[in-house]
Amino acid sequence: MLMQTDTQKDTDLSPVLELDGVTKTFPGVKALDGVTLRLYPGQVTALVGENGAGKSTVVKIMTGIYQPDGGDIRVDGEAIRFPTAQDAARAGITAIHQETVLFDELSVAENIFLGHAPRTRLGLIDWATMNAKATEILRGIGAEIDPHHKLHDLGIANKHLVAIARALSIDARVVIMDEPTAALSHKEIEELYELVEKLKAQGKAILFISHKFDEIFRIADRYTVFRDGQFVGDGSIAEVEESDLVKMMVGRDVAQIFPTRTSQIGDEVLQVVGYEHPTEFADIGFTLRQGEILGFYGLVGAGRSEFMQSLFGITKPSKGVVKIDGQVRVIRSPADAVENGIVYVPEDRGKQGAITALPIFQNVTLPSLKRTSKNGFIRLAEEFALAREYTQRLDLRAASLDTHVGNLSGGNQQKVVIAKWLATQPKVIILDEPTKGIDIGSKAAVHEFMAELAAQGLAVIMVSSEIPEVLGMSDRVIVMREGRMVTEVSGDDLTPETLVRHAAGI
Amino acid sequence: MTTTTDASTGRHIPDRLRSPLEARLKSWESLLLLVAIAIFIANSLASPYFLNAWNLSDATFNFTEKAMIGFAMALLIISGEIDLSVASIIALASTAMGAAVQFGVGTPGLVLIGLGTGLICGAFNGVLVTRMGLPSIVVTIGSMSLFRGISYIVLGDQAYGGYPSSFAFFGQGYVWWVISFEFALFAVLAVIYGVLLHKTNFGRAVYAIGNNATGAMFSGIRVERVKFTLFLLTGLMSGLAAICLTSRLGSTRPSIGFGWELEIVTMVVLGGVSILGGSGTIPGVVIAAFVMGLVTFGLGLLNVPGIVMSIVIGALLIGVIALPRLWAKWRA
Repeated sequence: MLMQTDTQKDTDLSPVLELDGVTKTFPGVKALDGVTLRLYPGQVTALVGENGAGKSTVVKIMTGIYQPDGGDIRVDGEAIRFPTAQDAARAGITAIHQETVLFDELSVAENIFLGHAPRTRLGLIDWATMNAKATEILRGIGAEIDPHHKLHDLGIANKHLVAIARALSIDARVVIMDEPTAALSHKEIEELYELVEKLKAQGKAILFISHKFDEIFRIADRYTVFRDGQFVGDGSIAEVEESDLVKMMVGRDVAQIFPTRTSQIGDEVLQVVGYEHPTEFADIGFTLRQGEILGFYGLVGAGRSEFMQSLFGITKPSKGVVKIDGQVRVIRSPADAVENGIVYVPEDRGKQGAITALPIFQNVTLPSLKRTSKNGFIRLAEEFALAREYTQRLDLRAASLDTHVGNLSGGNQQKVVIAKWLATQPKVIILDEPTKGIDIGSKAAVHEFMAELAAQGLAVIMVSSEIPEVLGMSDRVIVMREGRMVTEVSGDDLTPETLVRHAAGI
Repeated sequence: MTTTTDASTGRHIPDRLRSPLEARLKSWESLLLLVAIAIFIANSLASPYFLNAWNLSDATFNFTEKAMIGFAMALLIISGEIDLSVASIIALASTAMGAAVQFGVGTPGLVLIGLGTGLICGAFNGVLVTRMGLPSIVVTIGSMSLFRGISYIVLGDQAYGGYPSSFAFFGQGYVWWVISFEFALFAVLAVIYGVLLHKTNFGRAVYAIGNNATGAMFSGIRVERVKFTLFLLTGLMSGLAAICLTSRLGSTRPSIGFGWELEIVTMVVLGGVSILGGSGTIPGVVIAAFVMGLVTFGLGLLNVPGIVMSIVIGALLIGVIALPRLWAKWRA
């Protein structure tokens, strides 16, 4: 195995927090196998690895949610245990999660100090101190927010700042940021970078988890790579190339990210005319042919997902016609859409895409039960056969087909959702941010698979906010802004500049 | 180009790691069955009258009518909804039949009226929940008062009687030796609901909805239609139970079946159905029906008053639900 441990020579500092040989086993899976992770004061360490590499598990161990089976955790060189989340917080370790739970009806200060509010001598909440401290923390991260405001009066960006302030309210020495930019716009990401710089200047040790390499190279000082629950290597970012990191992550060379495609475009499958919704989108019309990949690009909130969900029968359009193979079809529900050969892989896998408490095979066959059953009666053998066929096509990694989907990694959950829809033999497949939050290996697999589906004559619609993905995969791209189609680009016009310009309305 | 999409090279994933038999042995239903056997043995030791075929046959009336509704309720609760108006549907259906008797309607007509009233009440709940999007617990607490309220308005402190003699068969008739019509009906319905939940696409949809209604909808399941059907079934079973109970009692009072909704929900939860939806089985509910019937009967033989019985049933429910969790916590 490729091993790089040049930890000590590029820094004279001693780590604030150190994991040494930490192991964690779940029934049937060794999630962490003797991993090492060191976080230094005033430095950003990027933790990289594919989904299932053990990143989330290590975060949960550092924050006292899981207990390690073996190995040491050291704070300032002294071995320590975190039996509960409170113990980790007391040691100054805090995490900013992708989705921090906040409370709309409480004030900004209450949200920040919920659970550890300053008390008066009588044990009551010391409101004056709490509001003053909240103001101080918010100022520290450059947010001018009145701590008395109710949270629901704030915009999304400010709510995010409150979540960060909450994480910092425990006087943190170690700040863990788990994919902090996943839900942010370009401008907000820049602001987050500034915040990270401020935290660095305050001497905090930062663990930055991200799938985006441009971020890692921009913000991190050091890196640590995990693969399949094992430590692969760490070192200084300045001394490593992107390709090296990828190689360490996947254990092989990933030569090209996007498959080369020769488009064999066939007959027209889908025609949408004048689709309109009272609030979300208006005047959307386009055609889609067999073997084509049509990209939908736009900023977050441009109405792309809303339109797709309407096409899939979830929300009702106020106007508009859908033709499939030239025939007008009325789609009032997802069930209608599936019957007409339109399927939708949603962005939100956990809530919309999969039923995580059910086994893999039941998820795969759920929309195809009519085919696997006889007169409405379940035939398990047929179900397993169908599930086996499509999960193998997608190279799913799972212990068994009756494993619950919730136990799979994000990338593998996505494969189950795609397998579910392919098993219905659709005409049009809509993929909404298909590679969001999944690792580079699974990403490449999804891209290759999309290309192959198109080659087999399926018409593909891909909603994506990642420009390289849109450019790398699409035959044509429709750009949306504020609920409207702004332009349709193809061929030589497909450049990052064109897309960004139209999406932003410059 | 790539190998990832080639079926022949995808890695083989076994269907199951645990055999279905092993899963079944370690299930809630097995534990409950042990409880049932223990109660049976305890009863036969405690009272010399317990092990008597006719006494045991009589004991089945303690649960057959409730269990009929319990089967449909199990599906409804697994789907994430609930119907607390079932006992009031019994009252309304019984009142409708009693009123029809006064106009000289015969047994076939009474059966149709009983079932029809149940269906209408179920449809009423179903429309409010699925069309208007109201929470079922609120809707059915409302209709619980509404349906029984109508019975009270119609009957006041009076009772309907004078049911035709052929109507008595449903609650008092025997199909063979000690096997009553009600018990036979219970057995047939247990099989029908077991098959419906565990062996059909409809049953699979019920589980999918109970675990994640949004995900089920996004998977092309007609969620509202399935839920509406479940309310109809629950109403229909309440109508059927009304026929059996009215036939057994031979008269209708507005207080008929009072408080049964909680006993039925207790039976379903005791049977291992998650009150939050998503899991549970019909065999579990069947065993729970026997457990409750045996406890009631056993205590009855020992001349334990009714109020103590309800204490025992309540303690049993909490005990059986809490013990496995406490045990799991203790082990961990």
